Amino acid sequence: MIGDLLINVGAVSLLAIFAFWILRTRYLVGVVVVSGAFSLTAAALFVVLDAVDVAFTEAAVGAGIATVLGLATLTFVPHFEKPHRFKGAALGISWFPALLAVATGLLLTLAVSDLPRFGSADAPIHNHVAPHYINESPNEIGIPNIVTAILASYRGYDTLGEVIVIFTAALAVLVLLVGRTRSRRDKQRKGRRQ
Amino acid sequence: MMSDMGQVFGHWNVYLVIFLMMLGFYTLIARGNMVKKMVGLNVFQTSVFILYISMGKIDNSTAPILTDNPLAIYANPLPHVLILTAIVVGVATTALGYALIIRIYENFGTIEDHELVDFMEDEENTL
Repeated sequence: MIGDLLINVGAVSLLAIFAFWILRTRYLVGVVVVSGAFSLTAAALFVVLDAVDVAFTEAAVGAGIATVLGLATLTFVPHFEKPHRFKGAALGISWFPALLAVATGLLLTLAVSDLPRFGSADAPIHNHVAPHYINESPNEIGIPNIVTAILASYRGYDTLGEVIVIFTAALAVLVLLVGRTRSRRDKQRKGRRQ
Repeated sequence: MMSDMGQVFGHWNVYLVIFLMMLGFYTLIARGNMVKKMVGLNVFQTSVFILYISMGKIDNSTAPILTDNPLAIYANPLPHVLILTAIVVGVATTALGYALIIRIYENFGTIEDHELVDFMEDEENTL
């Protein structure tokens, strides 16, 4: 229990360091790679929190595919973020966004006291449909992995909807990237030459 | 006072998640570079996943894969299923965002917010 707690604290602290790194560095290749490390650390945290399926998916999809997509994008765009300050920014902090983030964080913190204690077995989330899934899925579905049983059977329509979302996103990406037209800058340059 | 401490300590995971979430949120709104915005969004998103998965954990629980031990406590599988869907959908939206960034760069020659705004103002003035 204490060991789990230490791993948990360590992983979340590491995540905070990565998030700060992402915020501060201007080299975008570094930003994308550290975001991959962020996802991988989150995957390790999911293993400690008993979510092995989520950990697999986060490591493969979140840390793998998302990082590759980011690096592929960076082959088309500049690798450095240009320094820019919002109006009223001082000491390297943009105060209006900072204020917004702190205010949102404070509101969320106020709501936390209503949540059940971390790890408590009598939290409402554990006493609704979850016991049915855990107790009945061996008889009703017959798959040892309860997460798979819910994903593919009890909530199969959710998964169907997910597939539709991915299909739509894939179509949109194809529409955006395949058969690219000449850019506006080329046209302008051509216009200037004439 | 002791129960207050217990209350705070029992929620430390959520407090840390809120901190991470706000770091991602700040990256998203305070940085003008679009690739960095996407990465900030990813940080925000992953923090929300951690919040959900934390809710499913029970003290001394094991992963929700059936074992022969009749006394085993299984973690709540429902948030795991929801987050599995969310991770995959999140990557789909990330891919779409990156595709848009590539197109924006081809058209305008920049992926910085403020330069795009300048570009559009110039265009309005010339019209």
